[in-house]
Amino acid sequence: MSAHILAIDDSRTIRTLLTVALENAGFTVTTAVDGVDGVDKFQDAQADLVITDVNMPNKDGFGVIEDIRSGDVNRAVPVLVLTTESGAALKERARKAGATGWIVKPFDDASLVSVIKRLTGT
Amino acid sequence: MSLPEEANQSKQLEFVTLVAGGQNFCIEITQIREIRRWSPVTILPHSPSHVLGVINLRGAVIPIIDLAEKLGFAKIEPSERHVIIISAIEERIVGLLVESVSEILGVSPDMVRETPRNSEDPTTRATPGIIPVGDDMTKVINLAALLPDQGQVAA
Amino acid sequence: MMTDGSILDAFFEECEDLLVALTEGLSDMRDGQADDETVNAVFRAVHSIKGAAGAFSLEDLVGFAHTFETVLDEVRGGRLDADENLLRVLQRAGDVLSDLVDAARNDTPADQDQVAPVLDDLKSFLGDEGVVEEEFVFEALTLSFDEPAAPNRYHVTFSPGKEFYATGNDPLLIIRALQELGNTTVEIDTSGIPDTFEGYDWASGYLSWKIDLEGPQNDLPILEVFQFVEDLCDLKVSNIETDDPADIPVPFIADEPEQVEPSDTVAPIEIASEATTPEPPKPQKKPTTEKQAKRSNATLRVDPERVDRLINAVGELIINQSVISQRLEEAALPNSSDLFADLDDYKLLAREIQEGVMAIRAQPVKPLFQRMMRIAREAADATSKDVTLLTEGEGTEVDKIVVERLADPLTHMIRNAIDHGIETPDDREAAGKKRDGVLRLTASQRSGSIVIEIIDDGAGLNRPRIKEIAIEKGVIAPDAQLSDQEIDHLLFAPGFSTAKEVTNLSGRGVGMDVVKTAITALGGRIAISSVRGEGTTFSITLPLTLAVMDGMIIFVGGQTMVVPITSILETIRPTDADLSPIGLSSHLLRIRGDYVPIIDLADRLGTPPCKKALTDRVLLLIQTETVAQCALVVDDIFDQRQVVVKSMQGNYGEIAGISGATILGDGKIALIIDPEAIAASAPSLQGQNAMQQEDPIHVTS
Repeated sequence: MSAHILAIDDSRTIRTLLTVALENAGFTVTTAVDGVDGVDKFQDAQADLVITDVNMPNKDGFGVIEDIRSGDVNRAVPVLVLTTESGAALKERARKAGATGWIVKPFDDASLVSVIKRLTGT
Repeated sequence: MSLPEEANQSKQLEFVTLVAGGQNFCIEITQIREIRRWSPVTILPHSPSHVLGVINLRGAVIPIIDLAEKLGFAKIEPSERHVIIISAIEERIVGLLVESVSEILGVSPDMVRETPRNSEDPTTRATPGIIPVGDDMTKVINLAALLPDQGQVAA
Repeated sequence: MMTDGSILDAFFEECEDLLVALTEGLSDMRDGQADDETVNAVFRAVHSIKGAAGAFSLEDLVGFAHTFETVLDEVRGGRLDADENLLRVLQRAGDVLSDLVDAARNDTPADQDQVAPVLDDLKSFLGDEGVVEEEFVFEALTLSFDEPAAPNRYHVTFSPGKEFYATGNDPLLIIRALQELGNTTVEIDTSGIPDTFEGYDWASGYLSWKIDLEGPQNDLPILEVFQFVEDLCDLKVSNIETDDPADIPVPFIADEPEQVEPSDTVAPIEIASEATTPEPPKPQKKPTTEKQAKRSNATLRVDPERVDRLINAVGELIINQSVISQRLEEAALPNSSDLFADLDDYKLLAREIQEGVMAIRAQPVKPLFQRMMRIAREAADATSKDVTLLTEGEGTEVDKIVVERLADPLTHMIRNAIDHGIETPDDREAAGKKRDGVLRLTASQRSGSIVIEIIDDGAGLNRPRIKEIAIEKGVIAPDAQLSDQEIDHLLFAPGFSTAKEVTNLSGRGVGMDVVKTAITALGGRIAISSVRGEGTTFSITLPLTLAVMDGMIIFVGGQTMVVPITSILETIRPTDADLSPIGLSSHLLRIRGDYVPIIDLADRLGTPPCKKALTDRVLLLIQTETVAQCALVVDDIFDQRQVVVKSMQGNYGEIAGISGATILGDGKIALIIDPEAIAASAPSLQGQNAMQQEDPIHVTS
């Protein structure tokens, strides 16, 4: 079974990179261009996992996670935060918002895929 | 001197044979877009005399060139009986006015011989190859050499 | 890492958009029009470039963007005040970032002499903390399997806390992942479940697991499984052989008093709320409706070729419509026929489609103007002048090609205005002006044309000097009598340059003649007006679109041709009284007390001369830059209509005096006259620039 990933990032380049990496690994990918779009898409996307950027217009990545965790739909979905920082403060912030884990940009396709496989049980 | 014709059937080249200035020439078919009857042109100012003018070919502006004159023969007086060969030279589309178009000639590549260099007239320079046809022969026109890019314009 | 070329291309394309957003935001900040969201947008632009650049290992770009971003983050957080000084550095940094993107795109090394000073400036705002290099250390999960050894046995105890479940984790998936590492024995411990349901917390975890695992050489793969959750559970990993419990720090839970109800107590976080500046109330953030409007304004990326195909097809449609029109008229149907009404509808629809298609190509001049900001900044720096560039009408939309092709001429003109137009601060002061010069760049739409003006408040043109130089360089005869306007237009003469020495700025071997050629190639005109001591205005008039033009259909030497309406001042059917002979065959047109030279179009185009007397023909009074006014003689005029412009250059080449061609209703081609080139080629009017040049409109770019 191929897991469905919702990837939220305002950078077209990163969205493309994620899509390519994940689709090559056999996942189905839906992308969203910012936080609000991400939460919208999440409502109907039936995602098995969400990857979200932090710094985005309209709603940031933490806002996305909080919306997901406090919503009625699929609130326990694993959510990975995509970030350029690896500082403890960021991780704490992500954790507090309800993030499952974090991926540091630039990401390595293989480890990204292995993390996602683990978190989606595929 | 050459293999029997059948041996090279698969690699056959095709040429459209034509008459210009009363002589036989041919152009490789891949360089030809279409063949149409002569229609009146719009004359261009300051143009060389072999440039007859331009026509509208489905919305594109195509210059028409008197092939006979370009090859060094007398000017063709265009009439309804004459034919325009629309050809692609690199990126450009150009119409060539000729007296008539005869047939499509299929030959193997080794039938195309190099034109013996005996003169430097414009016809010889523009026809690097010849193909024997029966007792006669036809001359292969190199369009790119005949009509180098006028590209006065860099922009 | 993917390094697919097309993704890289997409990245550079995205960078372009981001750089525009960056420049826009920075200039809003400078103009004091910035709100929190502006600063955020600026930050995000740099951040996105950095993030994506990292994916392609563009180290220079990442490094610079990182420092840049760190400074912006300080500004965003209200810890750093965006004063004039900082804004100046930020703008420079924007320029450098743009250069670095270009360098990366062209795969050329960045110019460190440019980068380093700006980087230092940026760092100077960061104080001691400087740039935390650690932050972009690549956090790859490198596993070492160097020493294959006998399988080890590990004992893992794992008790997930409430937070573990609240963050989308599943113990089952963890156990499965462990099972993939080797043979496991899993034992569940349910002893934590309370005996009664009173006070039972459904969101909490009461279970724990004991897992024996045989397989991995070391504990790294096991720890990797717990990568994100090690602080969300009680975890012990011990090697059964060595009995050495791996030390798992679990500080998070202990320090976190709010963990009991995580998702409820955490207020929704808006990124802008981070910037809690202690300043007096700022203007309210833009209402959300506007944000949403922005969002729905999402753009669609289309291959320009597809748009061009559409434009061509619409062009054909318009031609087809005029063919049908003409046929219907020829059919001499009764005027009451419904067909004419239907045809009018068809015409309207075709125009509407055409406008719609053209709008696809239209782009605001804003990005172009923003590039000019930088040019002006650099030119002012290079000449040690104080110059403020003000822009107006940035929202004015022009055909994309026009925007692209205007960049070079505008660059040159801006540099020119700063280099030659605006005086040094001392000179300005001496002249009783403010020390800093003002350069205004404006765009506006005026009746079917776009007008772009470059207005400086500098010294104005020095006409005696211009004339002197023109004589020196042989552009005009020493005894030439020229009007002010004609002198001004000498600037555009080939080979003319007012610069006494080659400066840094104008040393690129281009003169104003190149500017003019570029504008003319776009179907535009350029005019100068200047007042000594007060400044100079260059005004460029461009057609709204390159693809369609309002034209006058004329007959010359048996051919149908088109003259652009924009250059025709009036059409005159002359009487003998209007004509004054000059020499044997020439005439001047007398109009409102002035004498205007008459140019025979047939003669200029080399078509057979018209036998008819001048009074039986038509004069088109033309306004040109080179020779003020002149009158073109044509055999007759026919009609005025919109024509679709076709280039002659693709299949043929440039023709002197002809700017293009169009296809008329009957399917025939009509050439479009370039009145400017025709006038310029008239020997009587332009001694030096006349026909001895084989091709007076030769493009030298």
